[in-house]
Amino acid sequence: MSDVYIIGAGIHPFGRTDHRSGREQGVFAVRQALDDAGLEWKDIECAYGGSAASGAADIMVNELGLTGLPFINVANGCATGGSSLASAQYAVASGAYDLALATGFDKHDRGAFNADPKTYGLPEWYGQTGMMLTTQFFALKIQRYMQLHGISRRTLGLVAEKAFRNGARTDHAWRRSEVDLDTILNAPMINDPLTKYMFCSPAEGGVALILASEKKMRELGADGVKIANIAVRTRPPNSFEVFQPAISVQEGGKPTVLASKAAFEGAGIGPEDVDVAQLQDTESGAEIMHMAENGFCKDGEQEQWLAEGRTELNGKLPVNTDGGCLACGEPIGASGLRQIYENVQQLRGRGGARQVPTQPKVGYSHVYGAPGLAAVAILQR
Amino acid sequence: MSVLTPIAEDLWTNEAEPRLIGGRLASGTIVFPMPAGDAAEGVERYPLSRKGTLWSFTRQDFRPKSPYEGPGETPQDFVPYLLGYIELSGEVIVESLIVDAKLEELKLGMPMELAIVPFNSQHTTFAFRPERGA
Repeated sequence: MSDVYIIGAGIHPFGRTDHRSGREQGVFAVRQALDDAGLEWKDIECAYGGSAASGAADIMVNELGLTGLPFINVANGCATGGSSLASAQYAVASGAYDLALATGFDKHDRGAFNADPKTYGLPEWYGQTGMMLTTQFFALKIQRYMQLHGISRRTLGLVAEKAFRNGARTDHAWRRSEVDLDTILNAPMINDPLTKYMFCSPAEGGVALILASEKKMRELGADGVKIANIAVRTRPPNSFEVFQPAISVQEGGKPTVLASKAAFEGAGIGPEDVDVAQLQDTESGAEIMHMAENGFCKDGEQEQWLAEGRTELNGKLPVNTDGGCLACGEPIGASGLRQIYENVQQLRGRGGARQVPTQPKVGYSHVYGAPGLAAVAILQR
Repeated sequence: MSVLTPIAEDLWTNEAEPRLIGGRLASGTIVFPMPAGDAAEGVERYPLSRKGTLWSFTRQDFRPKSPYEGPGETPQDFVPYLLGYIELSGEVIVESLIVDAKLEELKLGMPMELAIVPFNSQHTTFAFRPERGA
């Protein structure tokens, strides 16, 4: 398998855009990515994309042009973006194509997601009695984690404060105003210990990435970032995941840990080599737990990391440099690709006001979602 | 007023001190709830212990969207409720509503016991509460 590069990246600003559908935001991102790569739509040889709530991605050909290219719809929950990217990478790495598109977009209603028990193979009573909420899972997971590993409520607040500070410097972010720590800590509770500023909201947005073979990149003279590895993993036995009426008394593995190890092995590097990381932060606690699950620190060390500002833009390991899900919101189909977009910008030195100052060479991204799956992508300059 | 009926059939046993109905897989692993349909093949019905310890907890502070069918009809008449996971030693860790407690009183590892409680104007459901006298 040969190396694959991202040579074009486009994004439609996240948040709320009343006058554009989810797919239109995807089309906007594709056009921006084409411009970025110096290409036209007719140059693209194959495409992979999807949304969770905004319809099939292949309908984009109506707007982009009827070039006859194969366009595969991807529906993989929170890993839709990661799976689209992995598929596009395989298509190019195999030698079948030289130019591929990976795209994702979405537009969700306001308020928390409401899941249908049947869709997840669960009994109706689980939803009827009010136990099938993603927000509860994250609260239950971090509540126990905080008590076992000595994480304070203040540290949860510091994660959110950083997110809004970074978001204020990011053109594509939704929340563009800083929020101070006291406001975050004293805001209305959603699910104890998490207040409303510690949760991301369902949102809208679109992202597109153009992948090229090394030969094509050189031919075009494009500014590419290498995909060092992508790993997508579903849950192992006895794990604790979102939407579980019961969990095993045996402590099992975690899909994030599996995906992270596989991606590091595939890339031939370790956590110490990473210069900038985008970690799934659907709420503050998730960022904290995912720092450890992805191998960047031991359980409990996050308390000190946050106190010392190690995950700030100028810290040892900047995390969620564009404000992450907390500042950008979560359009499911686009969210994982936003992380890749952000790493591409950081590695190309195009981060503007939020640019990590140390000329990062390795970018790491991680998404997690229902019903227990994780995707990790490592990019290298 | 009509008599409240269980939120689902065969979720707990019909006895003086009801027990949640789990299943024992061929491997010996205990699961909850008892699987239904084809997934129930080879799974032995296994009533669970009524007592356990608190594994984690939170409070639901906003009214969930559908399919939630709790009491009240609007965000204004919503009363926050407690929920968590209760570890039934050697069996399984069950997610459950928590009653007869305040958030501030909940601690990891505290003893809990099963109760069947009114849920809405039509149904009862299962919940755990701090073990009395513990």
